[in-house]
Amino acid sequence: MTTVATQAKLWYAMRISSMVLAVCVLVHIITVIYAVRGGLSAAEILGRTHGSWLFAAFYGVFVVACAVHVPIGLAAIASEWLGLRERTALVAAQIVGVAILLMGLRAVYGVVAG
Amino acid sequence: MMRRNDYRARNHPAYWAFLAQRWSGIALAAFLPVHFWALGQALNGEAALEGFLRFTDRPLFKVAEWGLVVLLALHMTGGARLLLIELGEGSGLRKNWIAGTVGVGVVAGLAFALALIG
Amino acid sequence: MDLKVRVWRGKEQGAFSAYEVRREESQTVLDVVVHIQRHLEPSLSYRYACRVGMCGSCAMTVNGVARWTCRTHVSKVVTGNALEIAPLPNFPVIKDLVTDMRDFFDKWARAKGQFKGTTTRHDDFARVEPTSKERRAASAGIECIGCGICHASCDVVTWRPNFLGPAALNRAWTLVNDVRDTQQGERLRAVAGDAGCHACHTQGSCTERCPKQLTPTAAIAGLKRLTAKAAARGEL
Repeated sequence: MTTVATQAKLWYAMRISSMVLAVCVLVHIITVIYAVRGGLSAAEILGRTHGSWLFAAFYGVFVVACAVHVPIGLAAIASEWLGLRERTALVAAQIVGVAILLMGLRAVYGVVAG
Repeated sequence: MMRRNDYRARNHPAYWAFLAQRWSGIALAAFLPVHFWALGQALNGEAALEGFLRFTDRPLFKVAEWGLVVLLALHMTGGARLLLIELGEGSGLRKNWIAGTVGVGVVAGLAFALALIG
Repeated sequence: MDLKVRVWRGKEQGAFSAYEVRREESQTVLDVVVHIQRHLEPSLSYRYACRVGMCGSCAMTVNGVARWTCRTHVSKVVTGNALEIAPLPNFPVIKDLVTDMRDFFDKWARAKGQFKGTTTRHDDFARVEPTSKERRAASAGIECIGCGICHASCDVVTWRPNFLGPAALNRAWTLVNDVRDTQQGERLRAVAGDAGCHACHTQGSCTERCPKQLTPTAAIAGLKRLTAKAAARGEL
């Protein structure tokens, strides 16, 4: 059984990560629109990201915020629409969270360190 | 089995905003691992990433990318509305923000489409 | 010109029965239901009391939307000539248009929706500043008469049977803002969690449908803020 304190903290974590993501997503959408002009190429992307601490920091924060935000949302959907029990939904969500964190940080490392 | 609401009860803006938020979230959550895997191709060298990017040069992929950008813009702005409702002053459903969310989605979609084509 | 009215007969299992009722110049849905029971179908069960929009007893589903039938003009909701009248969703059905409200009020109690104080008649009056933030927040929500329309309109109530629901949480919020109340700690614990305010996804159907223009969405948002603060302090 998840306690009410846990639920309150999850709510809080989701809202804080939302605020971080609002900034990250705004920057990301503008970056994406700028970057696809004239077509995407690996050389262009890696040329910008390779060795960039700014890129690593920004997208690192982005990934961590996603890893917090996405599982909490998915857990609610799993309980309400898939009929999973609270505990099961939260455990499944935590697994998703770890997967996002690992895959995301790997991707950031891939384009920055390459 | 108690009676449930159907589409007639759900036919109001704040509910559409909830559905858009939930479904866009599901779509983005499904996309994220694919996105990370694709970028992770860089670990196999620039040629590997380039190969993947050329593979996605087809129209179907470009339409999907456009869709994802729009969904992301909707989810972000819709989320901002929810933060305002939960943390801000005032007691309304902020329907002006629902309209604004659609607007931001349109702007993002147009800007991305123009960037792709132009 | 006649109205073609379909009215739910039975319990959760049942069917719509069709009746024809003469359309009048100025006619509420309750007028239609009363006419059907008095002249066409004596065995029809339904509730009403004041018939002037004060008691909330006549709440039913009209063309898919939960409304006070005494305050719903036929001309406002009729589709062509057709009216569909059913009991409220999310409530067990006793018979026809009458629902069982017991769990609704039990949830009210579980949300600590009762005032508890410690002063007696021998103490001086409590002083509550009318323009204070708390008093204004309480005033915004205390006109609730427990009609159940918000509870009926909420999908989270459907998806989570334990969810206390917008009415109970709105009441709890008014008491959270009552500076005289002495069980605030228990109340916050009672309204937090997935059976409480944290299950609300701001669908807004409660606020959209409340006949008294109350805003349970805002009340629940207030509870979310306070429970988060309490959890951060380790008090939840």
